[in-house]
Amino acid sequence: MMILQKCMRFFKSLLLWELLLGLKLTGRNLFARKITLQYPEEETPKSPRFRGLHALRRYANGEERCIACKLCEAVCPALAITIEAAPRVDGSRRTTLYEIDLFKCIYCGFCEESCPVDAIVETDLTHYHFEKRGENILTKEKLLAIGDYHEQKIAKDRAEDAIYR
Amino acid sequence: MIDACLTLGLIVIKALVIIAGLMLLAAYLSLAERKIIGFIQNRIGPNRVGPWGLLQPLADGLKLLFKEVILPSKANRYLFMAAPVLSIAPSLAAWAVIPFSPGLVLADINVGILYLFAMTSLSVYGIVIAGWASNSKYAFLGALRSAAQVISYEIAMGFAIIGVIIAGKSMNLTALVEAQSGNFLHWFWLPLFPLLVIYWISAMAETNRLPFDVAEGESEIVAGFHVEYAGITFALFFIAEYANMALVSTLTALLFLGGWLSPFQGIPILETAFLWVPSIIWLFCKVSFLLLLFLWIRATLPRYRYDQIMRLGWKIFIPISLVWVIVVATLVKLKVAPWFA
Repeated sequence: MMILQKCMRFFKSLLLWELLLGLKLTGRNLFARKITLQYPEEETPKSPRFRGLHALRRYANGEERCIACKLCEAVCPALAITIEAAPRVDGSRRTTLYEIDLFKCIYCGFCEESCPVDAIVETDLTHYHFEKRGENILTKEKLLAIGDYHEQKIAKDRAEDAIYR
Repeated sequence: MIDACLTLGLIVIKALVIIAGLMLLAAYLSLAERKIIGFIQNRIGPNRVGPWGLLQPLADGLKLLFKEVILPSKANRYLFMAAPVLSIAPSLAAWAVIPFSPGLVLADINVGILYLFAMTSLSVYGIVIAGWASNSKYAFLGALRSAAQVISYEIAMGFAIIGVIIAGKSMNLTALVEAQSGNFLHWFWLPLFPLLVIYWISAMAETNRLPFDVAEGESEIVAGFHVEYAGITFALFFIAEYANMALVSTLTALLFLGGWLSPFQGIPILETAFLWVPSIIWLFCKVSFLLLLFLWIRATLPRYRYDQIMRLGWKIFIPISLVWVIVVATLVKLKVAPWFA
C-alpha cells in the first residue's frame, strides 16, 4: 500500500499533475467576469445607513430642526462637537454656535442616534477635502448648507432605513 | 565595391526591420502581460492610455526615456553602463539566425543552433556585470543567484537541444524545421515530449521568469541585479528580458512545434482549406501561444525556493534529458515512423 502511494506521488509530481490543475483554475479565471470598478465613472453602491459628512436638516417650512439640547455634544465620544445656545428673538431656544471638528470626528453616528429631532445627520457624502487650515471645522452655516443641498437624498435614505429601526 | 556596399546596406536594413519588430513585440508583450495577468486575477488591467490601454507601452517607454540615469557612488561607471548593453545585445543578435518562414532569414548559417545557444548564454554576462558594477549587496546577490541558475539550466537545455539535433540530423534551423514536415503529429513535440517540457521549463529559468525569478525577489533583494538602474538603462534590461522570452518561445516553436509549418499539412480537406494562411502566420500563432503560456504560468505558480530550483535542474532535468537523448538516438537508429523514417 505504502509503495503504491509512493509510486502515485512520484508519477504525479513527475507529470506535473498539480501544476496542470493550477493552470486549469487560472485558465478558467481568464474568461471569468471581471470585478474591476472604474472608479471615477463608477462607484460601489452605498448603504442608506452610510455615515459620511455631517449635515443639519430643516423642517419643510424652512425652520431649522436643532433645538440646542446638546445631546449630541454630550454623547460624542471624540468631543468633536461644540455647541453654544441662546434664546432667539422669538423666544425659542436655538444654537448660536454649532461646530463639528472633522479631524476629531470618528464617524460613529452617535450624534445622529441621540438627536431627538433628527437635526444632525450623517449623509453618504465621502468626496470632500480641505485646502486651508481651519476648513476641517464645519460651522453651523456649512452644516445647514449641506443639509439644504442634499435634503432629498437625506430624507430618502432615512425613509429607506426607517423600517429597520 | 558598390556591390558589397549594397549587400551590406541590405543586411543593415533587414536587421533594423527585425530589431524594430522586436522592440514593438517586447513593448506590447509587457502590455499583454499586464492585461492577461489582470484578466486571470479578475481585473481588467491597464485601459486608460488609448483604447484598451493600447498606448500604455508608449507612455511607459517615454517615461523611462526621460527619467534620470543615476550612477551609484563608487560604482564602476564603465561596467555599470556597459551591462545593459551586454544584456540586450545578445538577445537581439540571436534573432539573426531565426528563420521566420522558408528563406526568410537574415543569416542562414549551418550551425545556427549553436550560435543561438551561445547567444542565449552570453546574456548572463550582462546580469553578472550589472550586479557586480552596481556596488550594492542586493544587486550582487541577485546577480549571483541568476548566474548560478542560468548556468545550471543551460546544461539541461543543451541536452534537450542535442535531442533535437539527433532527431533532425542537422544544426541548421531551416533544416530542422523541414525535418518536421507533415501534419502536427509529425512535429518533434511527440517523440521528444519530455525534452520539450524540459526545454520549456529551462527556458523559463534561463529568462529569469516566474516561477524561477529568484534573481529579483522583492521581499529579500528588492529588484535583484537591476536594483540600481533607472531610466533608459533599466528599460534596456526590461526589453532584453522580453526579447529573450520571445526568443525562447520562437525557438521552442521552431525546434518542437514545426516552426512555420501548417499543422494540417497532408490532411486531405483541411490542408486546402488552410492553404491561404502564410507560413509566417503559423509561426506567429505558435509563438503567441507559447508567450501566453509564459504569462499564464507566471500568474499561476508561486516561486520555487532556491534549493528546489537547483534540485530540479541538477537532479531531475539532467538525468531525464540524458535518458531521453538515448531514447531518441535509438528511435532514429530504428527509423521509427512517421518521424524518422
